Formats: sequence, C-alpha cells, structure tokens
Amino acid sequence: MNWTWFHKLASPPHAYRIAARLAPWFGWPAFLLIAAGLYGGLVLAPADYQQGDAFRIVYVHAPSAWLSMFVYGTMAVAAAIGLIWRIKLAHAVAASSAPIGASFTFLALATGAIWGKPMWGTWWVWDARLTSELLLLFLYAGVMSLRASIDDRDRADRASALLAIVGVVNLPIIHYSVYWWNTLHQESTLTKIAKPSMAGDMLWPLLTMLLGFTLYFGAVLLIRLRAEILRRERDASWLRAEIGR
Amino acid sequence: MNRTGIFDGALLAYRRDLLLAMRHWGQVAQPLIFFVMVTTLFPLALGPDLAELRQVAGGTLWVAALLASLLGLELLFRADHADGTLEQMILSGQPLAVLALAKGLAHWTVCGLPLVLLSPFVAASLGMPFEAVGTLMLSLALGTGVLSALGSIASALTLGLRRGSLLLGLLVLPLAMPALIFGARAIDLSIHADSARGPLLLLAAMLVLALTLAPLAVAAALRISAE
Repeated sequence: MNWTWFHKLASPPHAYRIAARLAPWFGWPAFLLIAAGLYGGLVLAPADYQQGDAFRIVYVHAPSAWLSMFVYGTMAVAAAIGLIWRIKLAHAVAASSAPIGASFTFLALATGAIWGKPMWGTWWVWDARLTSELLLLFLYAGVMSLRASIDDRDRADRASALLAIVGVVNLPIIHYSVYWWNTLHQESTLTKIAKPSMAGDMLWPLLTMLLGFTLYFGAVLLIRLRAEILRRERDASWLRAEIGR
Repeated sequence: MNRTGIFDGALLAYRRDLLLAMRHWGQVAQPLIFFVMVTTLFPLALGPDLAELRQVAGGTLWVAALLASLLGLELLFRADHADGTLEQMILSGQPLAVLALAKGLAHWTVCGLPLVLLSPFVAASLGMPFEAVGTLMLSLALGTGVLSALGSIASALTLGLRRGSLLLGLLVLPLAMPALIFGARAIDLSIHADSARGPLLLLAAMLVLALTLAPLAVAAALRISAE
C-alpha cells in the first residue's frame, strides 16, 4: 500500500490545504445534527416526570462533558506523537485543541451549575462529577499557561506535550480519588444528571447531540489548526505563495 | 579503568545536594517557617476553640504542607541550571532519571522530612489528640514524598522561566489533589480513633507509582528545558 498520502499529512502546506477542504465536511453535518438534536430534545422529548423541563439541559451538558475528556485525549495523543516522532504539526494540533477542550470543560461546569440550581437548590454542590470536571479545567489551565509562558516555540511545544502526558497518567487517579472522597463525605447519592436508562424519545436527541458536538469539535479544530499553521509558518515562502495567489 | 557506577553517581548527587542545603540554612528553614505561619492562620481565622479546630486539623496541616513544599520546589534545579551543573549531569553518561531520583530524594530529605518532624508540635496547637500523631507523621511522610516527585516534574518543566514560581503552583496543585484527599482523610480517621490503614495504603501506592514514573518524566523535562 502506498503511504505517501499519510506522510504528506505531516507537512504544513499540505495540512493547511486539507484542513480547509475538510472543515465544511465536519461543520455542516455538525450544524444539522445539533439543530435536529436541539429540536428533538427541547420540543419533541417529553418532560421528565421527576425533573420536569429542567432535565433538558442534559442535551448540552452531557455532550460538553464527553468532549471535555475526548479533547484532552486528542490533545495528549497529538502531544505524544509530536514528542516521540518530532512532528511539528502534531504539536500544532495539540496547541489548537487545548483552548477548545477548556471551553467545553467550562461549558460542562456552567450547565452543571445551572442544572443544579433547581435540582439541588444551590449553584454548586461538591458532586464527584462536577469536582473532577473542575480539576480537569485546572489541568487544561496548567497546560495552556505552561505553553504561554515559554517564548521558545520548540521548547513550549515539547514541555506542554510532556505535561499533557503526565496529566493523562494522573487523570484516572484524580478521577477515582474524587469519587472515593465524594462517597465518603455525602451520605445520599444525588440524582445523576444522565440516567443510564432513558426513554427512547429522550435518548435519540442526546445521541444526535453527542455526534453533532464531536463533529463540531472536528470543524473548529481544523479551523484553529489553519490559524495555528499560519502563525507558525508566517515566514515560510510557501505561505507567501499561497496567500498571494 | 575507573568507572563510576550508577549508584555511586546517584549517591554523589544526593550528598552534594545535602551539603549545599547545609551551607544555606536560610533556604531550608524558610518553607518550615511558612508551614508554621500558614497553620497559625487557621485558628486566627476560624476562632480559638480547640474542639472545632480538631475537626479541621487534618485538612489544615495538609494544605499548609502542600503550600510549604511548593516553596522549596522552585530551588530544586535552579542553581544547577544557572551554573551549568545540570548540563554536566546530562552529558555525564549517567542515567539522568537516576540522578533526578537522587535529587528528588535529597529535596525530600531537606524539605519534606523536617516538615514531618515539625508536624506533631503544630498538630498539638490545633488540638490533635496524641494518638493521632503517628498517623499524622506517616501520612505526611508518604505525602511529601509524592509531592516531591510530582513537584520535581513541574520544577524541571518551568526551569528558568520568568514567573516560574507562580506557574509551578498551577502545574503541581491539580496533580497533588489525590494525595491531599487521602492524606487528610487518614489523619481525620485517626483523630476519630478509626483505623487509617486504607488511605495510608493508597497513599503508599501513590508514592510507589510516583517514584517509578516521575524520574523518567523529570529526565525528559530536564532535557527539554536545558537545551
């Protein structure tokens, strides 16, 4: 099999063009799926018999929480590829993923707090899921501020890649210790926001939203990657030819 | 031919760091004074009632120890980086991970161990019962070990950066939270005369994992930062 197309992906000019071509193929399905999921979730799905209409925030909350972890995984895999095979484009992917992941983590926290107000009566509860999301946000903050503090690009890439990998090793430990801590301190288990057994007409909008959000992440990542390549290659001659065209 | 073995090299690095610490007593004492000061803040902020303070003593001591150990971390590689010793270590042909482990151990001996020895006196001022002191010292001994290991990764990554000390806190604190959870929990259990075996064993497991993996990460980080 010919692998040239695969190796070409690591070259910035090629990736720059491919990203431009691929972005709509992620963006438009994402738009359609999110629109369908929102209609299904906010209009078609019946109100929950316990939580009323307040449960509907799950259609934004659960996909955000899923992506907050998925993006961290993407970032860490890209960082590891960049660190091991010294592929600069992989570092550019990691650098463009971090702010997206942090935004989804923040969105998951904010929607969790908004949902908590009618359910628990307070904006914030030290629930295990919310707390581990908060710690995830801190991990993103660490990776992003380490990158921002180092002027030398190569060192910034490799240092934040190493930190992202250290974070991945620590993430399960943090996650389970927070669960353990939470079950010790709270007697009653709180109603979980996403119940495993959901009625079909509540479930399909959720799955649609999950897929839509994931594709949306793909589209935004490609756009940000293009901007990142522009920034990194601003002195390259191919770019001058590309822009001047 | 006279070759220096791996452990001779590590021992040399360890003894050198201890010797340097002995000659700069002020730097060793500062985190300890800070530790005592932070624990003093809690009675002043929460009120002098010992029965109430006893409820939060475990958490207070752990938070204070966590903050105090951050102070010492910044100095871990800085002098070696500034005078070129670090480059010699990288070029020496000795496995850098083993040297990093030796430096981490030296840091714990200078920074963690005095904290552990000082903790019973501070604990008494927070109304902690005498029976809990053993658990307190064990939990802090294991915990400061984890902190030294995790902290040396962050210290190596932030080497030579402006505002490095602030960044160091941002990087270490999220990673250190599991140790805080189990360490404070162990003390809490033993204040209430329960067995603290479970959290202490988990803390020990964390220390073993950190001692195994952290030196490799520190070595990689030092290579990145020293280039």
